[in-house]
Amino acid sequence: MAYKTIIEDDIDILVAGAGLGGTGAAWEARFWGKDKKIVIAEKANMDRSGAVAQGLYAINCYMGTRWGENNPEDHVRYARMDLMGMVREDLAFDMARHVDSAVHQFEEWGLPIMKDPDTGNYMREGRWQIMIHGESYKPIVAEAAKKSADKVFNRICVTHLLMDDAKENRVAGAVGFNVRTGDYHVFKSKTVICGAGGASNIFKPRSVGEGAGRVWYAPWSSGSAYGLMIGAGAKMTQMENRIVLARFKDGYGPVGAYFLHLKTYTQNCNGEEYESKWFPELSKMVGKAYLDTEGQHVSHKPIPTCLRNHAFINEVAAGRGPIHMITMHSFQDPHLEEVGWENFLGMTVGQAVLWAATDVDPKYENPELTTSEPYVMGSHATGCGGWASGPEDLSPPEYFWGYNRMMTVEGLFGAGDAVGGTPHAFSSGSFTEGRLAAKAACRYIDDGKGDGIVVSDDQIRNRGEEIFKPMEHYKIYRNEIVAGDVNPHYINPRQGLDRLQKCMDEYCAGVTVNYMTNEKLLNIGLKKMKIMEEDFENLAAKDIHELLRVWELKHRFLTSESVFQHTLFRKETRWPGYYYRGDHMKLDDEDWHVLTVSRRDPKTGEYTMEKAPLYHLVGEKDEMEDKGLKDIKAKEAKK
Amino acid sequence: MPTFVYMTRCDGCGHCVDICPSDIMHIDKTYRRAYNIEPNMCWECYSCVKACPHNAINVRGYADFAPLGSSVRVIRDEEKGTIAWKIKFRNGTEKNFLSPITTKPWGKYIPQLADATSPSKDMRDGELLFNEPKYIRLDEGGLHTLESNGLTLKEGVYY
Repeated sequence: MAYKTIIEDDIDILVAGAGLGGTGAAWEARFWGKDKKIVIAEKANMDRSGAVAQGLYAINCYMGTRWGENNPEDHVRYARMDLMGMVREDLAFDMARHVDSAVHQFEEWGLPIMKDPDTGNYMREGRWQIMIHGESYKPIVAEAAKKSADKVFNRICVTHLLMDDAKENRVAGAVGFNVRTGDYHVFKSKTVICGAGGASNIFKPRSVGEGAGRVWYAPWSSGSAYGLMIGAGAKMTQMENRIVLARFKDGYGPVGAYFLHLKTYTQNCNGEEYESKWFPELSKMVGKAYLDTEGQHVSHKPIPTCLRNHAFINEVAAGRGPIHMITMHSFQDPHLEEVGWENFLGMTVGQAVLWAATDVDPKYENPELTTSEPYVMGSHATGCGGWASGPEDLSPPEYFWGYNRMMTVEGLFGAGDAVGGTPHAFSSGSFTEGRLAAKAACRYIDDGKGDGIVVSDDQIRNRGEEIFKPMEHYKIYRNEIVAGDVNPHYINPRQGLDRLQKCMDEYCAGVTVNYMTNEKLLNIGLKKMKIMEEDFENLAAKDIHELLRVWELKHRFLTSESVFQHTLFRKETRWPGYYYRGDHMKLDDEDWHVLTVSRRDPKTGEYTMEKAPLYHLVGEKDEMEDKGLKDIKAKEAKK
Repeated sequence: MPTFVYMTRCDGCGHCVDICPSDIMHIDKTYRRAYNIEPNMCWECYSCVKACPHNAINVRGYADFAPLGSSVRVIRDEEKGTIAWKIKFRNGTEKNFLSPITTKPWGKYIPQLADATSPSKDMRDGELLFNEPKYIRLDEGGLHTLESNGLTLKEGVYY
C-alpha cells in the first residue's frame, strides 16, 4: 500500500453518506449532542451528492397537518395501500408525524416553496406532494449539515463498517478511501448513521452504451446502504420489494406532476383507456381487498403503483403499445406548459435534453411512456432496507430494541434508503429519519452504550489490504498481456457490472423477461451469484477511480444477493407489476401477510430467512377515520 | 446526456472535478483541461455545467437514442438566486425558463444548533425533535401519538 493511512479517532457520530438522510442526521445531532464529535464521510461532494443532487421540483411527503390537511395515520394508510399492505407502520407513522417540521424549516432556510394563491398554503401537486423550486434543495440542506458537523470528509468511499473487537455485534466506525488521493481512511466512532443510498444499475438497463447512465435513480446510488449493513451482519427487510417505474421513455422523466397537477393521462396506441380492462383479472390475482374494481371509485382509494404497472405491461404485451401520456390537451395552457418543462429542468434535465434532441413538443405530440428496469431502494414507492427498531412510544415488542432507527447491529443507525419498511418517505421523510436517528444515537451514547470500544490494529490492517487488493491484483497480472482489458486473471469493474446486471435481469425478474421469475430460475441465479462472488475476488482496478467502481460493484453485489434470497423466500406474487413469481402467481395473505427478514452471516456468507409479523394501525372503530379524504370528497361533491 | 468540454473555453480550473457526484469529470494529463472519463456513468445532472465559470461544459444527448443538433444551456446565479435555462430543439425551436433557486441569502437563515438552547431532560426523554412541536400541528397540541389519535397497532391482516 503506497498511500497514507489517516485515522480520525474519538468520533461520537459518524454519518456515512450525506444525502437527504445523512444531512438531516448531521444537522440534528448537534442539538442533542452539543459536545459530541460529529463527522461526515461522503463519497462525492456533499453540495451535490445523493439522489437529490440535481434538484427536485416537488416534495412528495408533506402532511400539511398544520393546515388541517392530513394526519400522520392518513399517510400510513396510503403507504400501506400502495405497497399491498407491506409497511412498517410504526416507522411510517413516526416519520409522518415529524416530517412537516422539516419541510417548514427548509422554507425558513430559503428553499422556494410554491404557494396556493387562494389559501396561502403550500401549493399541492397531489394529496401528499407540494411543489417547490428545488434546484438548490441539496446545497441548502448540505449547508445545514456543515453548520453542525465538526468535520466533513468529501470524496471518501466508505467500503466497510468497523466492528468492535471487545463486544460482539457492536459497530465501531467505518473505513474507506479517498477517491482522489487514494489515502486509506479509518473512522473510529461510537455510532454510525448509515445515510448511504439505494441501488440503481443492478438490473440490466433498457438503454445501451452511453445511455446506461440515464437510469431512473442516480447511477452513483450503488446500493452502499445495503452493502455496508449486510456486510456488518445487520438484518434486512423487504429486499424482494424492488420497484419498477412507469416513466417517459428513455429519459425517465418524472410523471408525478404530469398526472397530479397537469392532469395528463395515459392511452394505448389506439387512443383508448386501457387500465381498467386489466383490473377484473388482476383483482382475482391479488384479491378484492387490494383492488376493488367496482368499489374503487366510491372508496376513492388510489390504485397501487405496482397494479397500474401491471396494466401497462400487459397492454404492451398484448400488442397495443406504445402507451402515450396525453399532454396535448393540458399543454395548451401556457402556465401548465411551463410547469411541465420546469418540472424536468428541476429534477431530470436529461428528459428535456431528449425532447429537444428529438423535437418532441408535448404541446403538439403525446410522448411515449415505458416501464423501467427494476431498482432496489427504500424511500420512493418501495421499502427495501435494514431492519430497524421503532420509537419507544409506538412500536410493538417485535419492532423495538432500545433506540429509534437502530439496526440489529448495536450503535448502527439508518436513515432514508437504509431503513426498510418505510416507503413514501422521499426527500423530506429521509431527512426526517436522519433527524430521528441522530437523536437516538445521542441517547445511545449518553446511556454509555458506546463505551469501551476496541478496534484492533489487525482489523484496520486487514480491511486496508482488502480495500486496495484490486489495485495490487492489476499490477501483478497487467503485464502478462500485451494490451486491452481481456485478461485470464482478472475482470475490470465494468465487466463485472455487466455480468451482475445480466444475471439479475434474466434470473431475478428484470425487464427482458417481463419481470418474471420462479424458484428454478432463482436457484440457478443464486448458483451463478456464488461463482460470481469468487470471481469478484479477482476484480482489478487500474487506478483509484476504478477502485471506486470496484467497491460500488461489491456493494451492488451484496444488495443483489439479498434481493435473490428474499425473492426466493416470499412464495407469492405480492406486487404484480413490480415482479412475478411464475410458480406462485397469486397474492397469499394466509401465509405471506408478513415482512421478510434476512441475515447474512458475515463469516460464512450463509443466509437465514425469517418472517416478521405485520402490525397495522387500527382506529377505535374498525376503520380509521380519514379526515383528509372526507375533505377531498366534499370538495368533489361541490364541483 | 453525457457532458463534454470545449477545448478553447476550459482553463482546467477543476470546479467540475470538484462537484461531479459520479467522479467522472477528470483533468486530462496532456491538455490540462477537464473531460468526461466515463459517459455511461453520467446522469446529465448538470452539476458540472452549472459549476463551470467559463460555460465550457455542455451536454450531447446519449448516443443510443438522442439525435444530434439540440442543446439545453443553463446559467445558475447564486447572488441573484435564479437559474435560467435555454432549450434549443433540433428543429430550431427555442424555449426559455427562469426559476428562483433560493429566497434568502445563502446559509444565513440556517440556525447554528450549537448555540440553540439546550434541550430539557423531558425533551430528551420524549419524542420531540429540535424546534418541535412548532409546525406539526394545527392547534397548540403536542406530537401525535397512538393515544392522541385513537389508534392501536394490531397484528394481523388489515387493509
